[in-house]
Amino acid sequence: MSIAIPTLDRRSMLDPMLPHAAVIQGINPEANGISTFSLEFVDPAEAAAYRFSPGQFNMLYLPGFGEVAISLSSDPGEPQVLGHTIRCAGSVTRALGRLRVGDLVGVRGPYGSAWPLERAQGKNLVLAAGGIGVAPLRPVILSVLRQRDQYGRVLLLYGARMPADLLYHEEIGRWRQGGIEVHITVDLADENWKGQVGVVPQLFYRIRVDPKQTLVMTCGPEIMMRFVIYEALARRIPKESIFISMERNMKCAVGFCGHCQFGPTFICKQGPVLNFAVIEPFFGKEDF
Amino acid sequence: MKPSLPRVAASVVVSKASLQKVFDNMRVSGFSLVGPTVREGAIVLDELTQMSELPVGWSDLQAPGGYRLERTREPQYFAYSCGPQSWKKYLLPARLKLFSVEKENGNWRVQPAQNLVPRYAFIGVRACELSAIAIQDRVFMTGEFRDPHYARRREPIFILAVQCTQSASTCFCVSMKTGPRAAGGFDLALTELPDTFVVEVGSEAGSEMLRDTAWAPATAFDLGRATQACQRAGREMQRQMRTDDLPGLLYNNLEHPRWDEVATRCLSCANCTQVCPTCFCVNVEDHSNLKATAAERTRVWDSCFALDFSHVHGGNIRPTIRSRYRQWLTHKLASWIDQFGVSGCVGCGRCITWCPVGIDLTEEVQAIRDKAIK
Ligand SMILES: Cc1cc2nc3c(=O)[nH]c(=O)nc-3n(C[C@H](O)[C@H](O)[C@H](O)COP(=O)(O)OP(=O)(O)OC[C@H]3O[C@@H](n4cnc5c(N)ncnc54)[C@H](O)[C@@H]3O)c2cc1C
Ligand code: SF4
Ligand code: SF4
Repeated sequence: MSIAIPTLDRRSMLDPMLPHAAVIQGINPEANGISTFSLEFVDPAEAAAYRFSPGQFNMLYLPGFGEVAISLSSDPGEPQVLGHTIRCAGSVTRALGRLRVGDLVGVRGPYGSAWPLERAQGKNLVLAAGGIGVAPLRPVILSVLRQRDQYGRVLLLYGARMPADLLYHEEIGRWRQGGIEVHITVDLADENWKGQVGVVPQLFYRIRVDPKQTLVMTCGPEIMMRFVIYEALARRIPKESIFISMERNMKCAVGFCGHCQFGPTFICKQGPVLNFAVIEPFFGKEDF
Repeated sequence: MKPSLPRVAASVVVSKASLQKVFDNMRVSGFSLVGPTVREGAIVLDELTQMSELPVGWSDLQAPGGYRLERTREPQYFAYSCGPQSWKKYLLPARLKLFSVEKENGNWRVQPAQNLVPRYAFIGVRACELSAIAIQDRVFMTGEFRDPHYARRREPIFILAVQCTQSASTCFCVSMKTGPRAAGGFDLALTELPDTFVVEVGSEAGSEMLRDTAWAPATAFDLGRATQACQRAGREMQRQMRTDDLPGLLYNNLEHPRWDEVATRCLSCANCTQVCPTCFCVNVEDHSNLKATAAERTRVWDSCFALDFSHVHGGNIRPTIRSRYRQWLTHKLASWIDQFGVSGCVGCGRCITWCPVGIDLTEEVQAIRDKAIK
């Protein structure tokens, strides 16, 4: 499978701010306050034309409530079904959380940059995810599983606050069977937890990496990503091989609203996936 | 025989009174004229029909945090600099409905807003403002996405530029290489001399608007006077800003103590972003009817000085005035160049004049330069 270059249909080329109605086909509760929604465009032509790459996101709109940026968390090989794993954080996401199967959601996208899967071919991959940050990495995992022999070792370092917060629970077994090494940690264990306790960057101590042959892709709270980068650099992985997915307030996703600026970049255009070498001067700067 | 019209790129002279004929020609051609006029002690932009509605005999006195009108000795039409408003008032309206959604039979009807867009003729556009319009063109019309609302307003406009023959104390277009003389990008450009207008013809449409005026080719003497008047505006400019390696300077000094210092003066009122002709940040507002069967979305001007501009669940990225002023200045003068290939500042001086506490970006940059960390 090759991942097609993202395209936008003609209507959204005309007015990129117009939402396109999609039906909720399924809702899969993942954890407390987090569910994965499967959406399908009402217009069959739109559904047929839609393609996305791992790491890209859509703007989801609820009339009267507002619009939020949500990553695609599903398989890019099946682009007719748009999977979105949504955490109820505030007004719009909570309203989305109240919807039922059959309800409509406005969708426009896909937007933004993708994880560099082409560059990753033949290389080892370290995916470091914290909390909801595993959602934009799931399409990477699903793409790898489709063509497992194209990649070297693939490691997922994944952490959540508590065992009950772990997403994609029932899938992780399948990921392991498919040849992905999964290391999981939680900040706070309960009595049934037999796994690792601690933060995601600490999982680096459980793995060995070949710095010349490894790409790191990380998404999670900025503080976590900062320490993931620190651990990666400490293992002599070059800056150019480290990719992060950033989050900023976003109102348009097409570079018009100015909200998502991060130094020279717009998170909606050059991001959300950014090469660490490019943004190093700005990353982690206080209140930047 | 059809009376001849001047060629494109020609310069002609017309009597001052002929400007009314040019106005009339524009209106007959279907343009809505907007331009400078006096309202409540300031020169603002509004609809015009008569040249007498221009600020005849008025000039403006601008200083950091200060603006006032005063009478000129001669009844000139364009003896002032940029006022508080800019043309983004028309191209990027402060409030604009984007679309509405109606729910019917379990489906949605998404209706793009049917905003009425006049064909504008902009009267009295200055060189720095032409640059500002060109900058917003890059933001809204040349990227991967195109803003149809902006394009629909922008594309049919007629531009009657005015070459500056004086500068306000707050202007620094010479430093930003945007003025005082507009070299192109207009349909007509006037230079006002005491007794006459010298008119450069920038397009066929511009030439057409000179029909039935008693225009005559400009003599070398007229051209010389026009050039000198404009050069004087540049020479007398009081402010300047060094632009060499400005992005590097700001990026390398993100922790400079001057940001803390300016934060003690800045009120975070957002005046500077509202008056700036290139600032384009917007927000959206959502409304629905009580039964939630219909909703609409409206785009409104926003500002990086607003606290919730950088809101993400659980906090604001830029909670301090220090971080917000730093964002504004580094965007204007540094990251704008990375993003759009040009500086986001055209040197119009509006943000200096209209800052209630008189913060002057040229001074802030100099202060950082004087004690640069790197
Ligand atoms: C590129 C990108 C991908 C994302 N992917 C996901 C995902 O897969 N799953 C998920 O649950 N969340 C994701 N988010 C975060 C999600 O957009 C916010 O949780 C959401 O906007 C919060 O909106 P709210 O109205 O519920 O919260 P409120 O706190 O009420 O926010 C009000 C408004 O501020 C803006 N806003 C607030 N927080 C954010 C934020 N973190 N990022 C951008 N805008 C924000 C939105 O416009 C929002 O409507 C992503 C954000 C970005 C930028
Ligand atoms: S930053 Fe100030 S001087 Fe520069 S274009 Fe904007 S308002 Fe004018
Ligand atoms: S710099 Fe001046 S105009 Fe701008 S936000 Fe601060 S106080 Fe207001």
